[in-house]
Amino acid sequence: MRTLADLSLRWKIPLRVVAAVLGTALAVTVALVARDYDIVRQNLEGHARSMGRVLAHTLVMPVLHDDIWRAYEILQSAHEPNPAAPELQALVVLVTDADYRVFVSTRPRAFPIGTSAAAPGGAYGLLRAELSRGSPTDQRILEPTDSPLFFIMTPLIADGVALGHVILAYAQPALLPRFLGQVGRAGWVTLVVLLILLPVSWVWARRTAQPLLRLAGAMKQIPLELEAARLADLPRSGDEIGQLGEAFRRMVAEMQVKQEMERQMLSSERLAAIGRLTAGIAHEINNPLTGMLTAINTFQRHGEDPQRAERTLSLLQRGLTQIRNTVSALLVEAKVEDRFFAPEDIDDLVILVEAEAHAQAVRIVVDGRIAEPVPLPATLLRQIVLNLLLNAVAAAGEGGTVRLNAYSSPQQLTLAVFNDGAHIEQQDMAYLFEPFATGRETGHGLGLWIVYQITRQLNGEIAVESEPGATTFTIEIPYGKS
Amino acid sequence: MDRDVALLEACGRRAFLRGVGALAALTVLPSHAADIPVRIGLTPVFLDDQMSFLSQWRRWLEVKLGRTVVFVQRGSYREVIDLLRAGKLDFAWVCGYPYVRHRQELKLVAVPLWRGEPCYQSYLIVPADDSRTTTLAELRGKVFAYSDPDSNSGYLYPRYLLTTQGENPDNFFSRSFFTWAHRKVVEAVGIALADGGAVDGYVWETLAELHPELTRTARVIERSPPLGYPPFVARSDIPTVELARFRAVLLDMADDPQGMDLLHRLRLDGFIPGKPELFDEIARMAARVRNP
Repeated sequence: MRTLADLSLRWKIPLRVVAAVLGTALAVTVALVARDYDIVRQNLEGHARSMGRVLAHTLVMPVLHDDIWRAYEILQSAHEPNPAAPELQALVVLVTDADYRVFVSTRPRAFPIGTSAAAPGGAYGLLRAELSRGSPTDQRILEPTDSPLFFIMTPLIADGVALGHVILAYAQPALLPRFLGQVGRAGWVTLVVLLILLPVSWVWARRTAQPLLRLAGAMKQIPLELEAARLADLPRSGDEIGQLGEAFRRMVAEMQVKQEMERQMLSSERLAAIGRLTAGIAHEINNPLTGMLTAINTFQRHGEDPQRAERTLSLLQRGLTQIRNTVSALLVEAKVEDRFFAPEDIDDLVILVEAEAHAQAVRIVVDGRIAEPVPLPATLLRQIVLNLLLNAVAAAGEGGTVRLNAYSSPQQLTLAVFNDGAHIEQQDMAYLFEPFATGRETGHGLGLWIVYQITRQLNGEIAVESEPGATTFTIEIPYGKS
Repeated sequence: MDRDVALLEACGRRAFLRGVGALAALTVLPSHAADIPVRIGLTPVFLDDQMSFLSQWRRWLEVKLGRTVVFVQRGSYREVIDLLRAGKLDFAWVCGYPYVRHRQELKLVAVPLWRGEPCYQSYLIVPADDSRTTTLAELRGKVFAYSDPDSNSGYLYPRYLLTTQGENPDNFFSRSFFTWAHRKVVEAVGIALADGGAVDGYVWETLAELHPELTRTARVIERSPPLGYPPFVARSDIPTVELARFRAVLLDMADDPQGMDLLHRLRLDGFIPGKPELFDEIARMAARVRNP
């Protein structure tokens, strides 16, 4: 799934602009609604307070004179609907006497004259308790909790005596329609702003993203198409993107130089390896050739003697055999059909090396054995292990120790040969598996070459770890795969 | 029926005679009399366009009287009666109740005819949604709306009725109040500000015609017997000539097309001279209420 983080900058930037515009619009709308509500509420409160004061003032005489109808007419005139500001119209205007009984109200059916103003219950029931609190001559605003109403209570005072109260009940200004109206207006403004900003941000996004996209494209060509990457049309500006492009160009140039150098090094290395190999083969073949030529020469000079002929032929045969052995060692083949490598092979190998080890006073320890045959050619594996063991015995030196460890997993055989002799120098590591790269006086220098060739032909891997007193050759050969 | 026809015929004959007399009176009026306005007191009228009605009526009267006419309106009957008794008004259209109380100080000028009779009724009404109350007696302990303490139909009659039933009208209702106009009694009862009210039957019937939506909010439960219609009266020291002239103008109103039109707007049929005895029943009720 594509997450937002995976989106191209081409889309991200306009989306962020939209989000910023929407966020701003939302914040402004909320602020405006809150402010609007405050203003409406303050207006209403101010209006209600002055209305309460005017009514209280005007109603003193009718109340004193018990003139209910006059009082009612005054309430009616104060209660006239105002279409421009419907919220300013009180829901109920109530005039109560000193005992909180209805003197007159704008809704006589709900508040019959002479009944308790608390009779309708709800918030009206609470007002009575409120009346007993605070100064009796102060105008008060009461907002009972859980009530959609709020009340302005103004005392009716004649000569300092409270005759009763004028109670104006108002609905709390409805927030929702106001909010929806504001949201509607904000929505339109936002739409207009977006219509202007979206193309701008689109162009802006393209301008910002284009060099980055080209840079990203060029980077994808590394390291295979350095030349194409170098020629990519990258931004040339002083800002961060320009600096990035500049750095990229420099990096590509350096990589090109490095790649060229590596190629040259590889080529010279290969030439050197071929030289060494050629010299080794020449040397290996030249040795028997020299002996054979000398023998032929002697035979030509002193010929006739069947015994000598016999000896010469024998010598020629040995020399040619030696050459053939050298050549066949170089052409290691793993095509031989063979039995599986079995646990007994490990024992055989140890016995085979035992004599040599005994001569050198080297101890051979087997740390691990395989439990059952693994489907790998026994002869080739024996060859590998034998070579490694002989090398290890030679390397371990007088009184040294050689350890052999073999273990198998369902799909891989691992063989590890350890010795505690002198370690392999760093500079020799590179040529370790080359033919004739022997580190010793004896031997023809083909042991590790053969190990390497067989391992590779069996799709295995060789790892060498060497430090003073601990050198381990680890061979991992997979099997069981198709 | 026969009586009504006879009355109308009599009116026609008399109107002609008075017309001649009025013409004669005009010639003998002092020259300065035209400069002194005739002051006529009125209590609140229930018409919607009362200002235009009054100005038309005033102009009509001015033409007929040949003098400037000033209408003096007051919020209550008492103020009008007081002005009349103090000689500050020449004439006034008042209720029968104050008339009978001050009969000695006032002169009867003319009595309007409504539906052919110089009589009307008092209606006792309750809110339309009160379907149970059928008599005034059932309104005990309720709130009651009177129109004016000097009104016959809107005050005296319901109190008289209670008195005859052995009740004390002053504490029969839990609360009572005055609306100072019959139309507003209907409003007060209609919105249930009052549980019952007393209203001029003439006003009710006219409202029922002009503003049925108003009378629909209330229901009539009782009607009084016919009582003397509110008359035009004059101050006691009114010169006979002026009294005769004004009476003549009123009595002729039904014969004048414009006057008829004005009468029609008031839903009245005309004026008759009337006799003080027409209001004896009201006087009896007042006496009964005063001395229960």
